Amino acid sequence: MGAFNNKRTADAAVWLVLLTAPFWMQWIGGYTELGSRVLVMALAAMSLNFLLGFTGVLSFGHAAYFGLAAYGAAMTIKYLVPSTPLGMLVGILVGTGAGAVIGAMIVKLRGVYFAMVTIAFGQVFYFITFRWNNVTGGDDGLTDWHRVPIDLGFTKLDILGNPELFYYFILFFFALSLALMTILLRSPFGRTLLAIRENERRARFLGIPVERHIWLSFVISCFFVSIAGTLYALLNNFVDPRALYWGQSGNFVIMAVLGGMRSFWGPLVGAVIFVVLQDYVSSHTENWESFIGLFFVLIVLFFPRGVLGIFKRKVAQ
Amino acid sequence: MTQLILFNVFNGLIVGAFYALMALGLSLILNLSGVINFAHGGFLALGGYMAYMLIPYIGFWGALVAAPFLTAFIGILVERVLIRRLYGRDPLYSLLLTFGLAYIFEDGTRFIWGAQSVPYQVPDWLMQPLSVDYFFLTGYRVFMMLLVGVAVSGLFLILSRTRLGMRIRAGTLDLETVSVLGVNVRVLRNLNFGLGIYLAGLAGVLAAGMLGLSPTVGTSLIMPSFVTIIVGGLGSLPGTLLGGLLIGVATGLTTVFFPSASEAVIYIMMGAILLIRPRGLLGEEGRF
Repeated sequence: MGAFNNKRTADAAVWLVLLTAPFWMQWIGGYTELGSRVLVMALAAMSLNFLLGFTGVLSFGHAAYFGLAAYGAAMTIKYLVPSTPLGMLVGILVGTGAGAVIGAMIVKLRGVYFAMVTIAFGQVFYFITFRWNNVTGGDDGLTDWHRVPIDLGFTKLDILGNPELFYYFILFFFALSLALMTILLRSPFGRTLLAIRENERRARFLGIPVERHIWLSFVISCFFVSIAGTLYALLNNFVDPRALYWGQSGNFVIMAVLGGMRSFWGPLVGAVIFVVLQDYVSSHTENWESFIGLFFVLIVLFFPRGVLGIFKRKVAQ
Repeated sequence: MTQLILFNVFNGLIVGAFYALMALGLSLILNLSGVINFAHGGFLALGGYMAYMLIPYIGFWGALVAAPFLTAFIGILVERVLIRRLYGRDPLYSLLLTFGLAYIFEDGTRFIWGAQSVPYQVPDWLMQPLSVDYFFLTGYRVFMMLLVGVAVSGLFLILSRTRLGMRIRAGTLDLETVSVLGVNVRVLRNLNFGLGIYLAGLAGVLAAGMLGLSPTVGTSLIMPSFVTIIVGGLGSLPGTLLGGLLIGVATGLTTVFFPSASEAVIYIMMGAILLIRPRGLLGEEGRF
């Protein structure tokens, strides 16, 4: 009973912190946009962790779907209809669709092979956005567009001019995605994914269609990361091919590992640390890449269970 | 037109030879230790820069011999200090670690030698075209193809004829049994890693003479090397060689007809292979 209450309290505390963030961020040297970025990255890392931590499948190419969704949203708003919800819808469809097709091709592969193929596939979309200059803007990225305020009929949401409002706009989708993820993970389907993670062979002998479950988990994960991708495009009013680069995929994985990939909130903790550190370090030195590389190495060597993993172990003792 | 196609096919073969050289090293490490060495491209760049540093003192030929060995030595150190700790753990961790190393290598080379590509001296007589009609057949390119051929033959000879090679091949199939039979597996993995990095270093020295030498040279070659392994078949070294040459030629031919797709074509090939033959061209069934 105590553990149950603790978990409830922790959940409530996390939501309270997220809900009040715009009010106290300035006091500790933050700014609202940083909070928005944390939310977007956290959503992406949690989406990846649906696959990584809860299905036990290592995808190292999630930036592809993240970036595709970002381009989908941006290009819709720029070329077709200046509408934020429509842009998001198209972006999510594009990202999830690509995930469904590629997922079907690779679902039979396992372990390192799976990881390697996901990395390599991610690069296709990178090169397409990089090369298709006249549509995607190539290396310079897609500029000259911005998110559009949303007209709800009775009121107008000025997400463009009001950063606090846009933070809550992102938080809304963040909460919605997390609620969906929780429902999925608590359902028989989610329990089956855990069973596959723990012992794939046994799951197969029990008659579980393992490939179909892994594919579904991959597509669901791509769906959520696509939501994050569209929000990322809206947040920056800009997309460039780096959103699809394998470095970005690596960042998502390290956020999940850093926070603790076996716990639900782990990737959020990882994203907070990563984004804040990135913001701080890259404004103080040009050698951000060496720093992040060292960061990766140190986490793997000394911190493989992540922040919440260590915390969990202490509680268990 | 024929000349253009010939030129690009030949170019593709050379590029493919690089992919193969790099992918063979990656494969060696992956097969025996289950580690995807993301930092392989970093080692390649390091090999090139080592040669660049050494050329003023010991000349092109000296550097050609010494730089790969120095790179391999650094590789052995890295394996000893860092990668060894991760054997037997989830491949996620070695992937992340080498990923971090790749960042450090790229930024480190940029920090030391600058972001611009550095001039790299190849002996003049090697740069002369061998024939007037086929201007692209410079001595250096032919020499490079020959050297890659020698290196690959050497690798296969080591693997098939020496005790070390036999142990590497046996360990690839069943490391536990090899260990029980009294082979020091730690040393074996260490040497194997060094062998893989030697190939990366050699590729770096050769690539520097052709592609120029800049911090991103390794990063631009790592993805095609992954594709090479997947197309050729995981676990098969002849497959890796074949895969490298194939995707090299495919890139070359696409450059003639549809240049903007020249990078994407190899991934399309990979997709096709995965659909038709998921284990790759020469991969063994059921291993992965």
